[in-house]
Amino acid sequence: MSNSKQQLADSLRSHFGDRLASVSLEFAEVTAVLPADNLIEVATELRDNKDFGFEQMVDLCGVDYSQFGQAEWQTDDASRVGFSRGVDAAATMGRMQFGDELESSAEQGSRFAVAYQLLSYSTNRRLRLKVYASDDNFPVVPTVTEVWNCADWYEREAFDLFGILFSGHPDLRRILTDYGFVGHPFRKDFPLVGNVEMRYDPEKGRVIYEPVSIEPRVLVPKVIRQDNRYIVDQQDEADSDA
Amino acid sequence: MPEIKNYTLNFGPQHPAAHGVLRLVLEMDGEVIERADPHIGLLHRGTEKLAETKPYNQTIGYMDRLDYISMMCNEHGYVMAIEKLLDLEIPERAKYIRVMFDEITRILNHLMWIATHALDVGAMTMFLYAFREREDLLDLYEAVSGARMHAGYYRPGGVARDLPDSMPQYLESRWRSKKEAARLNENRQGTLLDFTEDFTRRFPTYLDEYETLLTDNRIWKQRTVGIGVVSEERAYQLGFTGPMLRGSGVEWDLRKKQPYEVYDRMDFDIPVGTNGDCYDRYLVRMEEMRQSNGIIIQCIEWLRENPGIVMTENHKVAAPRREVIKADMEGLIHHFKLFTEGYTLPVGEVYAAIEHPKGELGVYLVSDGSNKPYRLKIRTTGFAHLSAMNEMATGHMLADVVAIIGTQDIVFGDVDR
Repeated sequence: MSNSKQQLADSLRSHFGDRLASVSLEFAEVTAVLPADNLIEVATELRDNKDFGFEQMVDLCGVDYSQFGQAEWQTDDASRVGFSRGVDAAATMGRMQFGDELESSAEQGSRFAVAYQLLSYSTNRRLRLKVYASDDNFPVVPTVTEVWNCADWYEREAFDLFGILFSGHPDLRRILTDYGFVGHPFRKDFPLVGNVEMRYDPEKGRVIYEPVSIEPRVLVPKVIRQDNRYIVDQQDEADSDA
Repeated sequence: MPEIKNYTLNFGPQHPAAHGVLRLVLEMDGEVIERADPHIGLLHRGTEKLAETKPYNQTIGYMDRLDYISMMCNEHGYVMAIEKLLDLEIPERAKYIRVMFDEITRILNHLMWIATHALDVGAMTMFLYAFREREDLLDLYEAVSGARMHAGYYRPGGVARDLPDSMPQYLESRWRSKKEAARLNENRQGTLLDFTEDFTRRFPTYLDEYETLLTDNRIWKQRTVGIGVVSEERAYQLGFTGPMLRGSGVEWDLRKKQPYEVYDRMDFDIPVGTNGDCYDRYLVRMEEMRQSNGIIIQCIEWLRENPGIVMTENHKVAAPRREVIKADMEGLIHHFKLFTEGYTLPVGEVYAAIEHPKGELGVYLVSDGSNKPYRLKIRTTGFAHLSAMNEMATGHMLADVVAIIGTQDIVFGDVDR
């Protein structure tokens, strides 16, 4: 099984050359990252070339990388403070309070990515394509609806939830959120509780929107551990490479 | 000559045949559909966003509520993604239990499908029959997890607990006489496996009853044969998976082609249609129920003979037993860390797919090494199938739209997430 995946990765590298930015094999899955300009050309070839034969795009989704790798509780320093860190706000180090903004991402690269999961029925293989949108403020990726028709709704969903625009899409409307919704809810800077709440106003005799009255709460902070299990893995890999 | 104009018809969201909250805007030419534009999202609960704010295990409960008539299969996809990222091997017995409950869930789902599909097309009896059988299966859910629907039974590392040695019993009450209760309890005297086996013995007869009612029924055939025809080529393009794809003649089943858990040891067949219409998809699903029944029997045999643990002993992921917590410092620490913070996954991304009763359920999980998913995308089948509504319904009559919704097996928790 892993052999055929290695083969797929190798044949992708040799066939597409520098049209793909990178091809990797991690967790027994092949991922190809490519620039948005080459997407349509590569996608069409992946579908039509018998060696690949990716007849179906199983899934398409947006990802917002703006807070990737940022924890809500810096465990390195906070652990030295002791028990009071969870109780006494003033002594708390590294722990976020309600309403705190996370620092802007230190991650290199683009904020938005689109991930395509492809499936080949003829060769029984899977492949993930990833395209990063170059402009963070106006993310645009070409549409693949011509290559795989089912991309239509998936792209509408990614547009609705992340605000990623798909150039050439026949009908790029919102799909999951309410009629007249403002904002893109799955962006990391969109609050979990939303911005507006809705109720029926008996005096005005219609439904009105008001700013939300509830506060977001973090019950379990997001924590990133320097987990020795995963670090050992990386060292092993380095050893085997050497 | 009178002037005939196209008009727009609003179907749903409060319509009994809309299977929940589907709003269809239909452009009609007389009684013929010119264009169907489904408006979805009325049940959008932002499950994926909620998951980003919770430790991994706390999201399992949300998975049940996605496709709320095949609960455990949704959990399965989610825990498989986590296990894949952790590279976690689960005990053999847990694999068999999962396979057994996946198939029970498949029957549950298909019973609900045949009940509503037939009801929409006009066969009321099916609805009553199918719910009678569902009751027994929901009792199995209840016996094993305590909840009739939203089980929360699958956990990363195995299943929450082993199969119980006794089934819950009916009690005498004001509306159920002692005799009636005794009759209902008759096949619930043994273990859960005994009750399941009893069900698998009865179920093929029930299926024959359904087939007698529908398969050669003239009205049923008039309403389903040649309706919503999808060719193999189009089925790929429209993102069809599961019975929808198999109805169009593609021999594809993830349980066979990319086996997970212990499906490679199971003996079963993949039913395939030829015409890709509603009737073929009906036949495919009926046969799938028979095959599932066979898989359940194979699981029961194995589970009877092979007792063992059902949860991994890797306590970085699964909590240790209660006695261990009380006696052992290490156990206490594991318990405390798991329930206050959860576990962290390595940095990376995986896509885990299972053969859900409705098709391929995929879970795309991006982890940044924390105790919560960075991005969780659930690829549900209903979303892709419903997007094909326009193509399938165009040119058909209004009444056929109902048959097409039925054949797509739409559930809105699944489409809207």
